[in-house]
Amino acid sequence: MTTATFPGVSTPPIRRNRERGGLGSAGKIVVMAVAAFLTLGPVVWTLWTSLTPLDAASGEPSLGLGAYADVFTQVDMWLLVWNSALVTGLCAAGQMITAAMAGYVFAKMEFRGKGLLFGLVLATMMVPMQVTIVPVFLLIRGMGLADTLLALIIPALPTAFGTFLMRQYFLGLPHELGEAAALDGAGPFRTFFSVFAPLAAPGLAIVGILAFNYHWNEFFRPLIMLISEQNFTLPLGLVTLQGNLGTGSVATVLAGVVLSMIPALVVFVIGNKPLREGLTAGSNK
Amino acid sequence: MSATVAPTPAVAEAPKAAPTSVPRADRRATRWLTWLFLAPTLLGLGLFTMVPILGSILLAFFRWDIITSPQFVGLANFAELATDPTVRVSFLNTFGFVIIAVTLQLAVALFLALLVQSRMPAWLRTFFRSAFFFPLILSAASVSLVMAYLFNAEFGLVNQVLAAVNLPEVGWLTTPAGAIAVVILVYVWQNFGFTFLLFVGGLASIPRDVYEASSIDGATGWKQFRAITLPLLSPTVLVASVMAIISALQIFDQPYVLTRGGPGDATRTAVMVIFESAFQQLEFGRASAIGIVLTLIIIGVTALQFRLSRRFVFYS
Repeated sequence: MTTATFPGVSTPPIRRNRERGGLGSAGKIVVMAVAAFLTLGPVVWTLWTSLTPLDAASGEPSLGLGAYADVFTQVDMWLLVWNSALVTGLCAAGQMITAAMAGYVFAKMEFRGKGLLFGLVLATMMVPMQVTIVPVFLLIRGMGLADTLLALIIPALPTAFGTFLMRQYFLGLPHELGEAAALDGAGPFRTFFSVFAPLAAPGLAIVGILAFNYHWNEFFRPLIMLISEQNFTLPLGLVTLQGNLGTGSVATVLAGVVLSMIPALVVFVIGNKPLREGLTAGSNK
Repeated sequence: MSATVAPTPAVAEAPKAAPTSVPRADRRATRWLTWLFLAPTLLGLGLFTMVPILGSILLAFFRWDIITSPQFVGLANFAELATDPTVRVSFLNTFGFVIIAVTLQLAVALFLALLVQSRMPAWLRTFFRSAFFFPLILSAASVSLVMAYLFNAEFGLVNQVLAAVNLPEVGWLTTPAGAIAVVILVYVWQNFGFTFLLFVGGLASIPRDVYEASSIDGATGWKQFRAITLPLLSPTVLVASVMAIISALQIFDQPYVLTRGGPGDATRTAVMVIFESAFQQLEFGRASAIGIVLTLIIIGVTALQFRLSRRFVFYS
């Protein structure tokens, strides 16, 4: 932007959206602060309430970690965490691997039927999970995997969206890298593993973080696939805990909720940018 | 370009040297790599998405409870959908929910995305963006647990605040209107941040000089918004609304945890009826039929929106 384009005439700096008659700058910040308060308020309230359980003797809330001790006695928290970590970790790792491999082939290899196959992969993204869940449940049951964690993991290993994302990522890497590696005597497998795969790490991080965010929080599939409490994942375990405890032990349930948020929060902090990019990546194909 | 008609194939189609110079062993390895790398994705999506779609279509023509053998019933499952009051009410609930929740979500997100553009310290802008984005990383089930306590009619914080400022307490989860309001609020609370991110990205891509030019012409505030921001943002609005509608049509976690569909059928949604039909009433055929209808609605809404967009969306 240049001011004073015309000699002798100095144009005033033009500000975008200069408010006239609208909210002032301070007013806008106040409105946003209220919105941020309403957004974060329930989270802060959850944390505060979990730290101030009702005292057994007086019936008054008092600061302490009692609710956190309670949630471990009321429900096998370690098992819930372990189940969730296992499902989430294997789904994320599996999706990173399958998406990297398929995305690479769709980006860098030429073969007959490529367009058709890629179109089919994209088409599966349009199908809502609810329409396939009944046959998937029947398949899983037929495979003898009902009420196991594998029922959640195996169907979630391939990922259409991740494949699409990794294909875009590999398309952005210059083809010459592969040719250079081939001249150095590297076969196709070595070219992938030692040249392309390492360069695709940022794209893989997006796939992994999205998978983590989704599977750590998912409720619908566990609710359908799991029956025994020893196989429950965290969200399912917490909803069951609330049902069992009734309304008396708010702090206990909320302590469980806070604990279940911690890994998501860590990912939010370290993976903020890839998470934002990944979530919105589908909108600008 | 248009003047010369005679093609010059020798120059235009220079043979690519690379593939022919690759040794035969490498070519075989390349073919191996291609299909080996595709196998997990193609087999996985085939087995767990493609086959289930076909299975769902097939199942919709049968009555089956897993225990006894399936019975062909033709279109009876679909006909039942129109007559069954629970199914009908659940679809009406879903449509009403989508209309209100998506409108609210887009309005809140657009309003905040416009505000976050204004002048403020960088750290404050980062704080606001992160705050609005934060609920997206939480589990909808856990959020609904928390909100069920906050909106509890007897001891919930929301009614305590209402009482403190002398407003009447509301039977949030115990009355139909209250329960619907809570489901909408909880859903929008968790999801507006996604639409907000899309709008922030869309606004950032509007060139500044357009505003500058219109400022010189004397356009400000609302006029600028109507004449510039909205038309230039319309592709983003379209994408955001399609994504919001598709995801809202599939709402399940919030009403399941908050109300189990009640009171009565007030917050029962289409996906809740799929779940209940299949896994509580063992009506697998009916569940599949509902799923297919829902999918067709999703495809229809998407197609309609893109058709409408040709008239309203401005692509520069």
